[in-house]
Amino acid sequence: MLITTPNLTPADEFYETLLAAHEDLSQEQSVAFNARLVLVLANHIGDLTILSEALDVVEETAKPAE
Amino acid sequence: MGKIFETPLYAYEKSADQSADNPARHPVIVIGAGPVGLAAAVDLAQADIPVVVVDDNDKVSSGSRAICFAKRPLEILDRLGCGQVMVDKGVIWNTGKVFFDEHQVFQFDLQPDGVHQRPAFINLQQYYLEQYLVERLRVLQAEGKPIEIRGRNKVTALEQTDDHVSLTLETPDGPYQIKADWVIACDGANSPVRSMMQLDFDGRVFEDNFLIADVVMEAQFPAERWFWFDPPFNRNQSALLHKQPDGVWRIDLQLGWDIDKEKEKRPENVIPRLKAMLGEDAKFELEWVSIYTFQCRRMEKFRHNRVLFAGDSAHQVSPFGARGANSGFQDTDNLCWKLKLVIEGKASEKLLDSYDIERVYGAEENILNSTRSTDFITPKSDISKVFRNAVLDLSAKYEFARPLVNSGRLSVPCIYDTSPLNGENEDGFPANLRPGASAIDAPLKDGWLLEKLGGCFQLLTIDAYAPNTIDVDGIMIERLALDKTDSLATRYLGNNASAVYLMRPDQHVVARWTTFDEEKIREALNRAIARI
Ligand SMILES: Cc1cc2nc3c(=O)[nH]c(=O)nc-3n(C[C@H](O)[C@H](O)[C@H](O)COP(=O)(O)OP(=O)(O)OC[C@H]3O[C@@H](n4cnc5c(N)ncnc54)[C@H](O)[C@@H]3O)c2cc1C
Repeated sequence: MLITTPNLTPADEFYETLLAAHEDLSQEQSVAFNARLVLVLANHIGDLTILSEALDVVEETAKPAE
Repeated sequence: MGKIFETPLYAYEKSADQSADNPARHPVIVIGAGPVGLAAAVDLAQADIPVVVVDDNDKVSSGSRAICFAKRPLEILDRLGCGQVMVDKGVIWNTGKVFFDEHQVFQFDLQPDGVHQRPAFINLQQYYLEQYLVERLRVLQAEGKPIEIRGRNKVTALEQTDDHVSLTLETPDGPYQIKADWVIACDGANSPVRSMMQLDFDGRVFEDNFLIADVVMEAQFPAERWFWFDPPFNRNQSALLHKQPDGVWRIDLQLGWDIDKEKEKRPENVIPRLKAMLGEDAKFELEWVSIYTFQCRRMEKFRHNRVLFAGDSAHQVSPFGARGANSGFQDTDNLCWKLKLVIEGKASEKLLDSYDIERVYGAEENILNSTRSTDFITPKSDISKVFRNAVLDLSAKYEFARPLVNSGRLSVPCIYDTSPLNGENEDGFPANLRPGASAIDAPLKDGWLLEKLGGCFQLLTIDAYAPNTIDVDGIMIERLALDKTDSLATRYLGNNASAVYLMRPDQHVVARWTTFDEEKIREALNRAIARI
């Protein structure tokens, strides 16, 4: 099951690292960077059910807020 | 273009049917003498079912078209008497390399799991295959088998009633009519028969063009499949290089969507593209050049009462994966034994519906694989390209990304998992030989297992008792008794000490048990011919 409760203990630190990694990248490079990141993480998770649940969460939150 | 394209292989000859007062009636007429139609005809004639093949042409397919032939079709061609010539002439290859930009990112080896008689793949021009099949047909004729081929006989009309099909054929001597109990329509992707019957052919067209060239050259490239994504010589596009016999090389260059096809096909435009790839000094001659747009589509149903569609007329895929002709042979392999039983009155027409079920399943699998490959090779949006390149960038250094690289998932035999013909499957056996799967070869003391399988129902027993023959209401099951060997143990036994496999005439598994039980075998056979 996909974890949807807080699980990333040093939350602020991760967020900072993520932004730092993108800092000097152009929009296009950032898009490519994120794509590689998705693939690396997906392989680590390695479970299509969890990945599908993750895709659902992402899709669901993309809907415009009412 | 060489001589082979110009010389009629089955020249027109006037047949007695053309001057008959009433249309002659034949048990089976095959429309189309491409690889699939010829395979159907040879298969039926070998089984003593009279067959006439008609084609509006009289020569081999112009240009090479199909070049990669996989292990399973070679095994089918073995049964049709053409496997050995194919392998003798063909180029055997096992290695594929994938390049991105200037570097190799990935290599795969198609080494089979140990010893098999046939290699994973050979490369051979489609015109050789067609020539060998016609030669085989001539040998069968000489042996007195009931087979006939009629060149320059073009089907122009078709009408079907409950008990037969009427065809109108156009010939150099004018039109005539014939009737058939059964028609196998192997008239290719543009199937005129399909149009005459107003049948569907739905799917996807990929918005891209590929230049396909066969060039003759002395080159030092190895016998491997080389595939490039975004190479310097064809920026933002893909390329493929593959070796064929006679110093012929297949080159595919992706060109993009918005091009002038006629212009791109002219030698003055083709040659610079090839030189960019092969080097300015490369010496080569163009044997054949064509431009293709690829599609993945199929008919909803392959059986329309007495007209059965097989090969490209029933389904079409993009060539990445070599699933076109390769799957066409699996169609006729599946169909011919069923049609024989129906014609001989040993099975009901219902058995033919299983052709539709099994081969639609196979076509779906091929379309799925070939669509995925084509989506990877020709990304259809900006973001799919971003992901494609992300995979390629990672794959150079990280092994995990390599299985995502998709330059074509090469043809493997289909396992008919959902077939209504499948029977019992006891525990403990290897999963890849479950009911619905095609037999896996194994070396025996005196040859190869697959040489001893096919043509009729068989009980393959390994260290298990069974009678030598069983007659199930007119259908004979013959026993093939084998002693356990190491390769039979890994391929056929798994965790079990003995095995009894009921095999179909097309070498597919019906059901399997550890010991003989006549009751169960009778039931499985009746299910396998749609009697129950
Ligand atoms: C560039 C390219 C590369 C390919 N590579 C591969 C590969 O590596 N491996 C692979 O397995 N497949 C490959 N294929 C696919 C393969 O060529 C086809 O799947 C195969 O030719 C289909 O055979 P067929 O007998 O069904 O049809 P066809 O070969 O198209 O034959 C149809 C026949 O029907 C005849 N006909 C048509 N209309 C009529 C009529 N009205 N009356 C009488 N006769 C008629 C035609 O004259 C023709 O002889 C490739 C295709 C292309 C284009």
